[in-house]
Amino acid sequence: MWAYVGRRLLLAIPTLLGASIIVFAMVHLAPGDPIAAVMPAESSQAEIEATKRAYGFDKPLPVQYLVWLGRVAQGDLGKSIATRRAVVLDVRDALANSLVLALSSSLLAFALGIGLGLLAAFRQGRLLDKAASAVAVVGVSVPHYWAGIILIIVFSVQLNWLPAMGAADDPGVLPYLRHIALPTLALALIPLGVITRVVRSAALDVLNQEFVLALRAKGLASRRVFTHVVKNAAPQILTVLGLQFGFQLGGSVLVEAVFSWPGTGYLLNLAIFQRDIPVLQGVILVLATFFVLLNLAVDLLQTLVDPRIARH
Amino acid sequence: MAVTTALPRDLDAAGATPISYWRTVAWRLARDPATLVAGALLGLIVLSALLAPWLAPYDPNAGSIRLRLAPVGAPAHVLGTDEQGRDMLSRLLWGGRMTLVAGLTPVLVAFVLGTALGVLAGYVGGLTNTLVMRTMDIFYAFPAVLLAIAISGALGPGLPNTLISLSIVFVPRVVRVAESATVQVKSLEYIAAARASGAGVPAIVRHHLLANVLGPILVFASTQVSLSIILAAGLSFLGLGVTPPAAEWGLMLNTLRQSIYVNALVPALPGLAIFVTSMAFNLLSDGLRDAMEIRT
Repeated sequence: MWAYVGRRLLLAIPTLLGASIIVFAMVHLAPGDPIAAVMPAESSQAEIEATKRAYGFDKPLPVQYLVWLGRVAQGDLGKSIATRRAVVLDVRDALANSLVLALSSSLLAFALGIGLGLLAAFRQGRLLDKAASAVAVVGVSVPHYWAGIILIIVFSVQLNWLPAMGAADDPGVLPYLRHIALPTLALALIPLGVITRVVRSAALDVLNQEFVLALRAKGLASRRVFTHVVKNAAPQILTVLGLQFGFQLGGSVLVEAVFSWPGTGYLLNLAIFQRDIPVLQGVILVLATFFVLLNLAVDLLQTLVDPRIARH
Repeated sequence: MAVTTALPRDLDAAGATPISYWRTVAWRLARDPATLVAGALLGLIVLSALLAPWLAPYDPNAGSIRLRLAPVGAPAHVLGTDEQGRDMLSRLLWGGRMTLVAGLTPVLVAFVLGTALGVLAGYVGGLTNTLVMRTMDIFYAFPAVLLAIAISGALGPGLPNTLISLSIVFVPRVVRVAESATVQVKSLEYIAAARASGAGVPAIVRHHLLANVLGPILVFASTQVSLSIILAAGLSFLGLGVTPPAAEWGLMLNTLRQSIYVNALVPALPGLAIFVTSMAFNLLSDGLRDAMEIRT
């Protein structure tokens, strides 16, 4: 098992390096001079020259990449063109807000999705099962940015119950919860659909195995059968939960844009509009690193729950 | 994602084949009302997008300031007008064209490129496989939404850039499925038999391999269409996709977003169109997968 853990850790390194190459390439994907992409338009000639030297723009691309990677490794993601602040600071603040949103929406989706998926599996073919299938299809089909707008229309414009935009200015738990409620709902839709579906099919797979029949035959209470099924379906469910949490963190861009939630997605959106490539790069690199590490953690956790996996 | 193919159909196994595979699939589809309804709905959506120039009652880009944000059911404007007084029905019809093109093209590109790369990696194996598959893994370091926005954000707005960035999102996914299906089929006995009977690589790939891997790949690609449509419209919604004044559902949703306080129903329409289209694609691909007995 430790060999597997080691191999899996080593495999994450090329993936991270590859991701960093893609992020590095973004400066060169951007139309126009790469210097223009990372410098404010009103920069003086001296500043431009200094940046050129610092980034090594006069050197060949592989060297530029290594210089850039070296800076990133030291936690230097460059300076924002718009605010001239260090990108690391902006990303750090935004990441905290995004993490909270990802956590709240994940918790909601996990609780509802697991419950609904299990109920559907144990009531296969009945009305509840059909309802769960409907939830699953709607969840994966609905454009979540549109769902966000609908939530604003209903709960902010029509009912005037909840604020439509931003995070709470005044301190306190209640204002905070009121602000995060709608983005949480909007962001929970996709994972709710995916999780309901996967949990249902994972539980059904277990339910159709012979040992469940044996458990029932020997007269085990259905409550105890349920425990057995959940235990056996757990590894598969765990993988999906981990992946979905990762998607929540990186996939909240559109929802954050709708609700002006001050997270990484909002920062990214702002950076795109101001053509602030260093911020764009910084956010994407940090989110990708998070995503890769999370996938790694899920894989390793899975081998703990189900040691058979390590043998593959 | 493990892919198991349907029963191998060996084209050379002539003789007693009472009911062909595809007839069985058609038979199952005909008995699946949800899929049939989704298919019909989709046909309607595609047809209305194709016929937009003839169906649309007004020029989608011609508006009148005096007619801004007319409600649904307004005289002469069945679905109301947008924030510039342009007819919503006409813009939704024309917008469907753009959204469908922006959503379907990347999946099509990914289907062709991804199949080629995946079959190559799976069939040749060895270093080629490692090289192709590890490169594809890199793209899995990003959630789909983030990758699309990252590339589009760097490239800048416009339909061609949207198509490029979304193709980059979907190619690696198809490659993975194509590779795993190829590896699986390649190990089956009838491929060995074909090789033993002297068939060359092109013949094996064309007649034996592709015939059996294309089904699962096609079904997988069809499951990606709804995501592609949501992402394509999402990019336009962020201002990264189709540029104004063109009509596109995501872009319409974006420009109408400010008007929800004046008129709540009209701004919801473009998103509803995205939702219905994406759901129809999802139901259709679910039905197709069940009918073809493919597990993805």
